[in-house]
Amino acid sequence: MPDWFTPDEWRAVALSLRVSVWATLLSLPLGIYVAHVLARRDFWGKQILNGLVHLPLILPPVVTGYLLLLAFGRKGFIGQYLDQWFGLVLAFKWTGAVLAAAVMAFPLMVRAIRLAFEAVDPKLEQAAGTLGASPLWVFLTVTLPLIMPGIIAGAVLAFAKAMGEFGATITFVSNIPGQTQTLPSAIYTFLQVPGGDPQAFRLVLVSIAVAMLALILSEFLSRAVARRIAGT
Amino acid sequence: MSLSVALSHHFPGFTLEVNFEAPPGLTALFGKSGSGKTSVINAVAGILHPDQGRITADKTTLLDTAQAINLPPHRRRLGYVFQDARLFPHLNVRQNLRYGRWFAARNQGANFDDIVDMLGLSALLSRSPATLSGGEKSRVAIGRALLSNPALLLMDEPFAALDDARKAELLPYIETLRDHTKIPILYVSHALPEVARLATTLVVLDQGRCLRAGPAADLLADPSLAPSLGLRDAGAVLTATVTAQDPDGLTQLHTLGGPIWLPKIAATPGTRLRIRIAAQDVILSRSRPEGLSALNILHGIVSEIRQGPDGALIQIAIGADHLLARITSRSATALNLAPGDPIFAIVKSVAAAQTDIGTRQEGVV
Repeated sequence: MPDWFTPDEWRAVALSLRVSVWATLLSLPLGIYVAHVLARRDFWGKQILNGLVHLPLILPPVVTGYLLLLAFGRKGFIGQYLDQWFGLVLAFKWTGAVLAAAVMAFPLMVRAIRLAFEAVDPKLEQAAGTLGASPLWVFLTVTLPLIMPGIIAGAVLAFAKAMGEFGATITFVSNIPGQTQTLPSAIYTFLQVPGGDPQAFRLVLVSIAVAMLALILSEFLSRAVARRIAGT
Repeated sequence: MSLSVALSHHFPGFTLEVNFEAPPGLTALFGKSGSGKTSVINAVAGILHPDQGRITADKTTLLDTAQAINLPPHRRRLGYVFQDARLFPHLNVRQNLRYGRWFAARNQGANFDDIVDMLGLSALLSRSPATLSGGEKSRVAIGRALLSNPALLLMDEPFAALDDARKAELLPYIETLRDHTKIPILYVSHALPEVARLATTLVVLDQGRCLRAGPAADLLADPSLAPSLGLRDAGAVLTATVTAQDPDGLTQLHTLGGPIWLPKIAATPGTRLRIRIAAQDVILSRSRPEGLSALNILHGIVSEIRQGPDGALIQIAIGADHLLARITSRSATALNLAPGDPIFAIVKSVAAAQTDIGTRQEGVV
């Protein structure tokens, strides 16, 4: 095993895993909330929220990265306060890579969870209410268990997307080996160096394996949610 | 405990305006589809918020728009049995039954094992709702509602999706509920035989308005109401007591208008039954008929006559009960009936079908 990867390659894979896990876990509560709002509520500006959530999917990643730099850079209009009040600096740090990955993966996560919400019959929630369950309990005991496979599917997709995030990450946090050099950044770096192709190729295989596994798992879980709601 | 409902609500192209009292027992909300039955029951449940209204259950005010009181459904303490059972697919039968228990006050209300026994659910407890038949789902839904310790039970055509045979199996459970629990039941139905069998109080809705409300036996025997209830199904309910099981397979019952015989009913002598006789299955005669194949001839007094475009409806007083007969206008003229006249009602024995016969205990209402 140790011979398969050089320490540099290992660092890139390990950093990508760490960034993706954090990005997924931190954005999950907000993802569930936004998915619920989009699936169940009607309010003025719903289409605007929907557009904002999906924007990172459409925008060139370099634009998203640049916008993150403007907002969360050390002099950015949010970043300067994070630095002043919490001593939290995101730009050119691995924590910034987490933010970039989370933003880029958010649309996929929300989409999967939203579909799960929409598949739950509101009549079941109504029935739970008449049995004495407050709205919070209805959510925890009926809605959440029914959409759980959808949540896991959304998280898996978001994780895979975070593993592959390149454009926004390299724009926002650059490509510093050991600090912000994620798997795709490392592949890019190896490809810039003469004779780096074999190293790049091994990491390419890792990328393909992660993406493929995530897609299969996500598909499997989507079917589970459909089965669960049909009750078979 | 009794329920008082007054509400008005404006839907696009439809206005709901009802006002009625539901005393203890089973109150049936009867009307054609689109008459507003489900809207009324949803307003009682708190699922529909009416424009204006006041709903009280004993001393608890569930809704009062004038005082801006509107208890959310989960604080109204009701059990709602929906048309489409609405069992939770991720929970098994036992967990579905126990669901309302999590939120009900501890150590109160019906005992789990009693309800399971009463509804015959013990074999189903570990099954998933998806594997249940329609009738089983309905029974679980009723059990789940009862076990949430409700102060009021709402049932919205709980058996509408079932065939007649399944329905006949389940109606006795509702009768047991009506007679052996103190929970008032609000029951939505558009099937008159079902209503006649179950209801102690009847509320007739028509196009969002409350046409009539009152004791079921009175309303069912009211000739002026029969056209709204549906002439084909119209019929009165009588009280009868089983007197004997005859060796030829017939059961003899005593009514205030004389004895009647019905195809065997599994009930011991002394059991009080409620029998329904459809108005169109009654033939009238001024003198006691002789040499007829019909066994059941009741003696009574003409109490009301109502001529209509579809014939005449004659109400006959039999003691404190009433019978309704539907005859042609020509027959009514030929018989020259007037209120106060003694009359014999020949009831074709097929009229009192077994599924329309309901038990009713003493002192329920």
